[in-house]
Amino acid sequence: MTVTTTPLAAAAASPAARTLKLWRLEGFPLIPVLILLLIAFVAVFADFLAPYDPQIGSLARRFRPPAWEAGGSMAHLLGTDHVGRDVLSRLIFGARVSMVVGLTAVLVAGGIGTLLGILSGYLGGWVDQVIMRVTDAWLALPALTFAIFLAAIVGPSELNIIVILGGVYWTRYARVVRGEVLSLKQREFVRLAVVAGCSKWLIMRRHILPNVLNSAIVLATLMLGVVIVTEASLSFLGVGVPPPKPAWGLMMADGKKGLMVGYWWLTVFPGICIMLMVLSANLLGDWLRVKLDPQLRQL
Amino acid sequence: MANKLLSLENVSAHYVSQQGTRVVRAVDEVTLSLDAGETLGIVGESGSGKSTLALTILRLLPKAARIVGGRIMFEGEDLVDKPAAEMRRVRGKRIAMILQDPMASLNPLFTIGDQVGEPLRVHEGASRSSAWQRAIDLIKSVRIASPQTRVAQFPHEMSGGMRQRIVGAIGMSCEPRLLIADEPTTSLDLTIQAQYLDLLRELQRTHGLALIFITHNLGIVAKMCDQLAVMYAGRVVEQGPVSRVFSQPLHPYTKALLGSIPRMTEEREQLTAIDGQPPDLANLPAGCSFAARCPAAFARCQVEAPPDFTVEPGRSARCWLAAPTVHASIDQTIPLSRSAAS
Repeated sequence: MTVTTTPLAAAAASPAARTLKLWRLEGFPLIPVLILLLIAFVAVFADFLAPYDPQIGSLARRFRPPAWEAGGSMAHLLGTDHVGRDVLSRLIFGARVSMVVGLTAVLVAGGIGTLLGILSGYLGGWVDQVIMRVTDAWLALPALTFAIFLAAIVGPSELNIIVILGGVYWTRYARVVRGEVLSLKQREFVRLAVVAGCSKWLIMRRHILPNVLNSAIVLATLMLGVVIVTEASLSFLGVGVPPPKPAWGLMMADGKKGLMVGYWWLTVFPGICIMLMVLSANLLGDWLRVKLDPQLRQL
Repeated sequence: MANKLLSLENVSAHYVSQQGTRVVRAVDEVTLSLDAGETLGIVGESGSGKSTLALTILRLLPKAARIVGGRIMFEGEDLVDKPAAEMRRVRGKRIAMILQDPMASLNPLFTIGDQVGEPLRVHEGASRSSAWQRAIDLIKSVRIASPQTRVAQFPHEMSGGMRQRIVGAIGMSCEPRLLIADEPTTSLDLTIQAQYLDLLRELQRTHGLALIFITHNLGIVAKMCDQLAVMYAGRVVEQGPVSRVFSQPLHPYTKALLGSIPRMTEEREQLTAIDGQPPDLANLPAGCSFAARCPAAFARCQVEAPPDFTVEPGRSARCWLAAPTVHASIDQTIPLSRSAAS
């Protein structure tokens, strides 16, 4: 039996080479990544890809079914909505809104939550008390109602939605991250760093943060779904992305009225888009979690 | 005292409960000193304050504990009232410490090179690449084969013994004057232990490093140390040169400890165990804290705690039996007692 092994010396000459090696395509979730790349590509080049203007329709052509249904035509591949706007074009532009709002809101929530979680867990004492009491109070507020309340104050716009979603959902990060930090703090390597004279800030940055990142990333993939759905709910309630703009959540909300009378394509297509995006993000997150953990990475 | 590298003078560190009603005397009036290049062994059972003493020297006591008295002179400076920022520059740079568990002492997410080089970057502002190069040399100096390869590996790719050496390399990285090793070999198997101890001795010789060895293994003390301090219930009950303490222990506790080591050469039926439990440090007895377990205790031991008697230069014990006057009555042949009798 011959076993081909890479010579150890070649395996690791410099830190940079080592880092590159981590990203070998091993169990790489190809399809989810392709889907996400496709959504990203569509979002970026929406202007060139969409066959129609997503915001202007023609009432004469409203409720056209998809091309393969009776009464459908190749002119509107996925049909038209209640004001005659092309569903495909709206989905294409909607990708931009969902990508931007979803990812940015998760980043904002994750950033705030991780930062506060680390400070709270590592510094302890009154810092911990203050941050955790605020978190408790925040969690006690019904998220959606709170988001509507904030939206009503600052007014609906894409930027505001991002800030609101980030401001509503950081608490989960803070909780999860704080818990992780509390156990990390007791770990011997953190104590060794203290003994070696590292400052609190250096320890939080170099020893705590990288070790909580895995949990934060996994949480982010789950939160992406929650955030996109919340965005949809806000849009449905009229305090989300302002109406003429195409957002997947808004499209589903609009289409809901038509669902009962058979206009299924208005809700199903944006629904599939949301599902694919959330599912792909989850699968990618799972792979990242394994890749980022050296224990799981070993063969 | 001036030429001592480290000297503790009556250092006490107490844990105080939030209401201030319970005081745990974890370290109580400890006086110790250590020359450059010397090795001091600190032995004692679990909970006797050995580790707390180490943390006291580094000023890394938990929030509930504080140093309530004494001076910690290190290279002519008192560490007790050093500002926190300056204290941080002492840790890892001039006094390094090795912790107990080699498996958990390394950050799983960083390469060995990054971790060995970290103190260099923190204390000497070394760049990543120069720290990396010096890490390779350090890894070589703790006798790990193919350092070029090992430097880029992660902790999980190493054996326990190697990780412990890496932790040693981290300790040595800034060439400290003093290295505190807190039971560094408890989780290693015997052959690896012996190798590791040899390595520490070699590093000590080549760097002129002073070593404080915290252990409950008297065999290691015999092999490694010049000086020995025996701790019991937060106090140093006996100290002196290892050979003297081993051949002629003064404190009954030391005698009992020495009696509890299995020896191949003697045909003893049983190992002597020390009966009873160490006292509650929050509620110490009025007299000697060992009196309740002491086979040689007498009336005075129950009511009055013995001070630290200096028996000969560099040798002392906290026991009434070591007191100059009582000493005569119990010990074998001392001219003073004979002349008093005649």
